[in-house]
Amino acid sequence: MNFRFDLIAEYAPFFFQGTLVTIGLSLGAIAIGTILGLFIGIGKIAQNKFIRLPFSWYVTFFRGTPLFVQMLLVHFGLVPLLIGDTNGIIAAIVALSLNSAAYIAEIFRAGIQSIDKGQMEAARSLGMSHKQAMRYVILPQATKRMIPPLGNEFVILIKESSIAAIIATPELMYWGRAMQGQYYIVWEPYLTVALIYLVLTLSLSKLLSFVERRTTTG
Amino acid sequence: MIQVKHLKKSFGNLEVLKDISVDIKEKEVVCVIGPSGSGKSTFLRCLNKLEDITAGQVIVNGQDITNPNLDINKVRQEVGMVFQQFNLFPHKTVLENITLAPIKVKGVSEQEANEKALQLLKKVGLSEKASSYPSELSGGQKQRVAIARALAMNPKIMLFDEPTSALDPEMVGEVLTVMKELAAEGMTMVVVTHEIGFAKEVSDRVIFMDGGYIVEENTPSELFNNPKHERTKAFLSKVL
Repeated sequence: MNFRFDLIAEYAPFFFQGTLVTIGLSLGAIAIGTILGLFIGIGKIAQNKFIRLPFSWYVTFFRGTPLFVQMLLVHFGLVPLLIGDTNGIIAAIVALSLNSAAYIAEIFRAGIQSIDKGQMEAARSLGMSHKQAMRYVILPQATKRMIPPLGNEFVILIKESSIAAIIATPELMYWGRAMQGQYYIVWEPYLTVALIYLVLTLSLSKLLSFVERRTTTG
Repeated sequence: MIQVKHLKKSFGNLEVLKDISVDIKEKEVVCVIGPSGSGKSTFLRCLNKLEDITAGQVIVNGQDITNPNLDINKVRQEVGMVFQQFNLFPHKTVLENITLAPIKVKGVSEQEANEKALQLLKKVGLSEKASSYPSELSGGQKQRVAIARALAMNPKIMLFDEPTSALDPEMVGEVLTVMKELAAEGMTMVVVTHEIGFAKEVSDRVIFMDGGYIVEENTPSELFNNPKHERTKAFLSKVL
């Protein structure tokens, strides 16, 4: 087998651009997904059953259907509906954000509910409002417990952003497929792409375990 | 100071408190004893509305806490509570545990809160632990910090929910000593406890609860030496 390093070198600028787009998509989706997820997670633990309901439907839908389907719905349905035209980057960020928000919501919910209820009672018995107790007592403790599962979710998000290739978002996987199509070769584009994803996910894991170590003191 | 009128509390179909009425006066120390499941902890938790009240009236410091429009947070600032499981905030130092509520709830300056906290730590004999985390303390020390934390809000009433039940036997004394001092200073206290010795020595009145009712209440010497009800006699024969 003749491994064509020359073709990889030729495609290197595209892979580089694609990697930047992948990082951009992931960061965007992490940011939006986390904020949206916090909101949905808090909604899911509301006292009132009717307030909880739409939030738990949301989580059920986005965790129970394939991201692939969600991506196509957003790209061909939601985005044209909102801005009148398709846009691969926007659709990818929206679909990934909506999807990861569902998983992140569950991480927040589990994190908050894992804190002993005596903590809330102690805070309330001192005269704190529910909001103050959440902010100063529950969330700081819950956040620490959320870091490892959130890290996993971010790693998954980077990998799943590759599905955006199907809607022609010029991210890393898109360029891998383009290279395959142009030269009818398989190993060179996809091993390169796989290696780059691995570098991205490993770097993120390292960063997160560093953060985790920093926050476990005290 | 606290008036309880026909208090009832149910969890679903289970009625835990069935018509409790009691008056607690200023500076009075009341101990609540009784077998497990008699509703004594639930009764205590109704006094600062940690449990929703099913029926009846509870008036604390002249305010009816069963009134849904009442700002319960205001009432709770004047009612300190100490829990069996301590419930210290593990992510905060001992000092921060004590100063958190005064700073955030009452808006006391950090400096003032720190001074007050150090004074309280001295009182409970833990001055040297100010910068420790709760995980570094023994059970008895944790409970003394919890008492200091509640006192930092300058409460008029202190509620104790089995404060020594989760402690190793040799640590019970240090917590009871702090509570005795507090009683001697004239704090109004309601103490759910299994420490019969403490009830005898410190309380002005003992309430014996069973099956969601107050079976008997009296001065400690009368209740322990001369119980009127069969149920009280049976209980005391097992614990004394």
